[in-house]
Amino acid sequence: MLSRVATFAIDGIDPRPVWVEVDIRPGLPAFHVVGLAGKAVREARERVRAAILNSGFEFPARRITANLAPASLPKVGPGFDAALAVGLLAASGQCRAEALERWAIFGELSLGGELRPCRGLLSAAEGALRSGFTGLIVARERAGEAALVDGVTVAAVDSLRGVARLLDGEDPPQPPTPEPAALAPAEELADLADVRGHQQPLRALEIAAAGGHNLLLEGPPGSGKTMLARRLPSLLPPLSREEAFEVTRIHSVAGLHRRGGLVTSRPFRAPHHTISASGLVGGGQVPMPGEASLAHNGVLFLDELSEFGRPSLEALRQPIEDGYVAVVRGQRALQFPTRFALVAATNPCPCGFAGSERPCTCGEAELARHRRRLSGPLLDRLDVRTTVQRATAAELAAPARSSSQEMRERVLAARERQLHRLAGTGARCNGQLDARLIRSHLAASAAARQLLGAAYDAGSFSARGHDRVLRVARTIADLDGRERVETDDVMQAIAFRTDDELRGAAAA
Amino acid sequence: MSGGEERRAGRAPCRACLRRAWLVARLAGNIERAWLARRPLPAVLALPDDELIAALAGDQRKRLEAEHAVFDAAAALRSCRAAAVTPVCACDRRYPQRLRELPDAPAVLHVFGDVARFERLVAAPCVAIVGARRATPYGLAQARRIARGLAASGVCVVSGMALGVDSAAHAGALDADGGTLAVLAGGPERPYPPSKRQLHAEIAARGAVVGELPPGARARRWSFPARNRIIAALGQLTIVVEAGERSGSLITASLALDLGREVGAVPGLVTAPLAAGTNALIADGARLVRGPRDVLELLFGADAPELEEERRRRALPADLADLLARVGAGQDTVGALVATGRELDAVLAGLAQLELRGHLRRTAGGRFACLS
Repeated sequence: MLSRVATFAIDGIDPRPVWVEVDIRPGLPAFHVVGLAGKAVREARERVRAAILNSGFEFPARRITANLAPASLPKVGPGFDAALAVGLLAASGQCRAEALERWAIFGELSLGGELRPCRGLLSAAEGALRSGFTGLIVARERAGEAALVDGVTVAAVDSLRGVARLLDGEDPPQPPTPEPAALAPAEELADLADVRGHQQPLRALEIAAAGGHNLLLEGPPGSGKTMLARRLPSLLPPLSREEAFEVTRIHSVAGLHRRGGLVTSRPFRAPHHTISASGLVGGGQVPMPGEASLAHNGVLFLDELSEFGRPSLEALRQPIEDGYVAVVRGQRALQFPTRFALVAATNPCPCGFAGSERPCTCGEAELARHRRRLSGPLLDRLDVRTTVQRATAAELAAPARSSSQEMRERVLAARERQLHRLAGTGARCNGQLDARLIRSHLAASAAARQLLGAAYDAGSFSARGHDRVLRVARTIADLDGRERVETDDVMQAIAFRTDDELRGAAAA
Repeated sequence: MSGGEERRAGRAPCRACLRRAWLVARLAGNIERAWLARRPLPAVLALPDDELIAALAGDQRKRLEAEHAVFDAAAALRSCRAAAVTPVCACDRRYPQRLRELPDAPAVLHVFGDVARFERLVAAPCVAIVGARRATPYGLAQARRIARGLAASGVCVVSGMALGVDSAAHAGALDADGGTLAVLAGGPERPYPPSKRQLHAEIAARGAVVGELPPGARARRWSFPARNRIIAALGQLTIVVEAGERSGSLITASLALDLGREVGAVPGLVTAPLAAGTNALIADGARLVRGPRDVLELLFGADAPELEEERRRRALPADLADLLARVGAGQDTVGALVATGRELDAVLAGLAQLELRGHLRRTAGGRFACLS
């Protein structure tokens, strides 16, 4: 007797349909799983046996062979349990096989026979839709995530016995219990209303949010760099439905999404500086999304930038440039999306106190080393740079200057203007302007160009620095609603740099 | 450089002087031992060749006397040429006049960089700026500011290219596109300290790097105080920017005093260890130096030219001048300036404008420092 059940393997973040074929024939009792099955899949034999027996079914004392097709795709993880058990039941005549043409199954089994959710539910539901199944059977817990996909009937089931009753037509498919609204409040975002002082950094946050620029915060320990970075998500426009899907998919695959339903707030990821390159951009034997992908459509915050390993920072270049990262494992290239806003923070010097009230105790050699560690290709991608100083007592006592809400409205208006101007170029915000687009789509006044040209000729900054200033100036003009970039915008943009770029920094 | 050009520019170095330079380098190890045994360096370096050998060579005396007798001047010139170094000997009219006042003046000054420019630089008014290696940001900023102001007024800045104040002084002179002269303790073509490679190249290209020791010689412990005497002698004035209580810069200052030159010092906080030496100099009668203006007045008296920066400062529009004055008064961060009631946008644009015009410089932690 032969049966066939459809399920899904999660490859990166993409679903791949997998057919579980179960064959039962006379012979010495045995249970083999073939078809490039990983360790967890082979362990599934024990879970499936226990789950079947504990659900009150019979485990056939015959020769059982299960094949996971296509055999070329490596299969890992516990997501094949339910399909294996159902295939076995169907092959041994303990449930009806006809319905398996319409239903795909995705879930893990407990020894007691309960169906459990596993990672990548949203991807699996999308896979069911793409492969032409009308329904997907998943565990009741977190079934809401699978139900996000329109066009697929999601049946939320508690146990293996429930699956059999559904397939036999005894029970109608039950929709997932809707998530009680109170259980899933939109995460409270840190608001700018709690920020005192920090005028220049706040303006930098606004510019970075409006123009999609990457941001560098430099300041002594305890000056509020992390506090400021955490507030960047609150300035960004709310997630669109499409973006929310992308975030939910990635977070579900990474096992970070535990609530069911859609992720509603922009992610904020702050990996520790000891992170490896593959931890940052994704990888591993079973390729998993890295922090850069987990921050997709949100903010990636690198605190203590100079402490990150060079390989890790180098690995970030492609994700920043292209908006995705390609991970190659075993002749297969997987893509993870990585469109994030990068915020980096660093101390001004190794002891952290240069330019603050406390005296800096660093020697010149240490400073040079610090500067060297900070330089490099990644730094070139940080358009907006600002120093952060400890707020003074007077500033702490003053009322807040702006809330996230007000600032977000200006940001949204500026983004709107950019979309309009950049329509048809492939770029969506000023942060994505390359040298070519800067020439064609900048709209700067002659005086502004002349001013910058003179500063450039005087050797005040590099060619990259020149473009960086123009991009930032464009965003400042957009924030203020000006069609053309004026000299004042360029002047302000020049202010968003740190001292290391200046000529002559080589010496003193 | 071809031989013909050398002869036109000055005299070819004479054999006796070249031999003397060779001997000092040859005996560098012996001088080191004598110096460590606390024999006064000027006394050693002032000895004529034969006495120097007799005093220091010990059991190698015979061999050295033989080598001395058969010294090959052509070979020495070849090795100089290979290192792109021009030897200027004491008999040459290009040899700096002020250096001749040293009782133990070096026989040859090895010049790395354009000799004609070197000649112009030592003919101009020269000021030595020296100070601590582990200087504070304040010291670095002052050294740079003073050097920049002096260089912009046509004064050549002489220093030793050491870490800290020395390098900041050279950098300030280069900022102003002015002249600067670095005196090294080893062969002038070798950047020392090695981390200042880039600065060394800049000075060689736009000023000159000189040294007592011939090319290839490495710096010794005694050659640093020996180098200091050249710095002190080249400068009409010696300015100490930051110095601890027992700093080498104070030795340079006392060497300058011995030569009858004026010494100036930049004051610091009375509690700062690195101001102990400079404040003590002032207490002992050194001239107080608050900026390039004070130095120019020391050099030229009442006819001191107006500083280039002062002129530019007067040309500033009122709002920028006001902003600059605020920064000078210690409101040196964006936050502090906004707190005085200015608009953030105006402050940012104004600071950038002042920076581009060369009135301000960004320093660590987002602070601004006045350059004029």
